[in-house]
Amino acid sequence: MSDDIKIKIRNLYKIFGNDPEMALEHVKNGMGKTDLLAEHNHVLGLNDINVDMPAGKTTVIMGLSGSGKSTLIRHLNRLIDPTAGEVLVDGDDILSYSDKQLRDLRQHRMSMVFQKFALFPHRTVLENTGLAPSIEGKSKKKYEDEARKWLARVGLEGQGEQYPHQLSGGMQQRVGIARALTSNSDIMLMDEAFSALDPLIRTDMQNLLIELQAELQKTVVFITHDLDESLKLADHLVILKDGFIVQQGEPQHILLNPCDPYIEDFVSDINRARVLRVRSVMRKTTEEMGEISGEVDHDDNLESLIERSGGDTTNRYRVMKDGKQVGILEMTDLVRSLVPQGGSSDPEAARRAG
Amino acid sequence: MPPDEGRMATYDFIFDKLGLRDWCDGGDGGENGSSGPMSMADLLGKTTGDAVEVSAWDTPFPSLDNLHDACDAIPQSRDLTTGLESGFLNIKDSLKVVVDPLTQPLSWALNEMLWVMQAVPWWIMIPLLMLITYAVGRSRKLVGLVALCFGFLAFVDYYDYTMQTLAIIFVCAFICVLLGVPIGIAMSRSDRTQRIMIPILDMLQTLPPFVYLIPLIFLFSVTEPKLYGIAIILYAIVPVVRLTDLGIRLVDQDVIEAADAFGMTSRQKLFGVQIPLALPNIMAGVNQTIMMSLAMVVIASLVSAPGLGVLVLRGIRSLELGVGLLSGLGIVLLAIILDRVTKAALARINSSQPK
Ligand SMILES: Nc1ncnc2c1ncn2[C@@H]1O[C@H](COP(=O)(O)OP(=O)(O)OP(=O)(O)O)[C@@H](O)[C@H]1O
Ligand SMILES: [Mg+2]
Repeated sequence: MSDDIKIKIRNLYKIFGNDPEMALEHVKNGMGKTDLLAEHNHVLGLNDINVDMPAGKTTVIMGLSGSGKSTLIRHLNRLIDPTAGEVLVDGDDILSYSDKQLRDLRQHRMSMVFQKFALFPHRTVLENTGLAPSIEGKSKKKYEDEARKWLARVGLEGQGEQYPHQLSGGMQQRVGIARALTSNSDIMLMDEAFSALDPLIRTDMQNLLIELQAELQKTVVFITHDLDESLKLADHLVILKDGFIVQQGEPQHILLNPCDPYIEDFVSDINRARVLRVRSVMRKTTEEMGEISGEVDHDDNLESLIERSGGDTTNRYRVMKDGKQVGILEMTDLVRSLVPQGGSSDPEAARRAG
Repeated sequence: MPPDEGRMATYDFIFDKLGLRDWCDGGDGGENGSSGPMSMADLLGKTTGDAVEVSAWDTPFPSLDNLHDACDAIPQSRDLTTGLESGFLNIKDSLKVVVDPLTQPLSWALNEMLWVMQAVPWWIMIPLLMLITYAVGRSRKLVGLVALCFGFLAFVDYYDYTMQTLAIIFVCAFICVLLGVPIGIAMSRSDRTQRIMIPILDMLQTLPPFVYLIPLIFLFSVTEPKLYGIAIILYAIVPVVRLTDLGIRLVDQDVIEAADAFGMTSRQKLFGVQIPLALPNIMAGVNQTIMMSLAMVVIASLVSAPGLGVLVLRGIRSLELGVGLLSGLGIVLLAIILDRVTKAALARINSSQPK
């Protein structure tokens, strides 16, 4: 795929403390987060970050608490300025922006959704939704239609006159999303946008985001500490640990080829049958094969296929994409892929799985 | 010739040891002896005729007076206070040149307000106050309370005094808010300003109110209303400044971050987010400011502020117990009304934005 790159991050460092320049030297010489804190009393926020975020796709940044996710996303609209490095948006170096250009970037080209919603408690839902146009100086009359349209799109039709505290958490975050959409920006930054919601609502919101994405193709930068969520949403997955990137790439690929014990730990707990797709475990071929038990879509997850096969591991399926065959899936491959890679290299486990 | 011949001051030895004896004596050689009144030790020395034996237990603190005994070149503490006084009197004129025109509007405002509040007949004034109460608090009960209190005060012939007190409070509290809110905003935006302002506010708050009055009396004539106006404002401005600062600093950082992330200018942030969200705290400050103006307006009647305080003073001066008690009750009623009305306004702001 030859994706356009919307946001490019190059050699980005962020160090919190009184003398970041001094600390930067140590970091560049290979000092880690713990040592830097112990010896120099500086916090290493980000360590040599390089990411390309494709336009119109969802890039998910995942990591445990304190790994620097929020710090990273705040560099994209310069709520935080880096110690060193570059951030390019549409090819422009935003670090060279003047105050005015920066405000323009924040008003028109990027919007943000927050973990704790961060709605204005003294403004109605409608006024909150119309925040971006109101900052530009548009009157309520002018932005009202646009704001109502997006409120309706996120399922809050007719709630415009309420105040945020009158809504549930899930509804408040819908307002947060409507507020971001009303700015009509290409880029949407979402910092743990769904983390404060309970599981069912959270699933709803994830589905809403997927729908919106299919419709609008924004460049979404989504932060989460939840692997299931990141696998569900990500086109590009970036895994952070202690301020540096452990691995990044296509999520299914990371899942099948974790390159670090940290990631293996992460992926060992998830329901692989539900997140792995047929396309990730199939054998790529356009040749006909004998004895086909049926056709499956390349984007189906393995769980649905297991259900279809009734647990019979001798079956073989033809994998289809847009009506054409793209590969063949052997059920034995499928079953093997359900065991994390570390385990499948162990012959005992392989036999049990096979 | 040393003036303290035949007597030893405790700290003589210091000056002797340091070889400063000549300097000490030279200090007032021309004046022929000590110029200040005799100290107790001098007197004792005179009467007993010989040196006062001072045991180590009784060693006096090396204060100005005690050092003066040993060395005339050192001033007495009385000289310090007179020095302060003359120092103040010296800068007084230049200070007046600056302060006088700056504060002149205050005199006008007070005079005008006092005149208006008394010139408007009671049958307009009382309903007007009730109307204001309703507009601010939206509570019929409160309007009833206001009517009752003013009715009572007018009934016992304290109407004019009450209006005078109220006029002064309105003007002073208004100016406090006018000055205090911007100062509070400035403090909230810069930690340095805050560090500078906090000791000043602490001082204003802890100085006994009478102390404000002393330099002001020297600065302005007692007939000028601004004299008590300034005293009241200095005393009452503190809470509104503090609470504005606090209120703005307490605004949810997430909301501020959202404002930044959507590209608000700092002016839009201030007026669109910070002040509206700090309003409950600012209003609490206004309430405190009004209550403190009321407290000070009573004390300020010492320097010719009109109003209920004058009656209290009369009660004290000529021991008219009844007048004192009744005017005291009047002040309490006024305090209750002012407090309730501002609290009602505060409650209305709070209920419009919980969280
Ligand atoms: N203003 C700051 N001053 C000092 N250290 C900071 C600051 N902001 C963040 N940090 C540090 O930087 C590191 C990364 O913080 P960050 O908030 O980006 O983590 P996170 O991945 O978003 O975690 P969470 O999931 O808890 O939100 C942490 O160690 C944090 O202590
Ligand atoms: Mg975070």
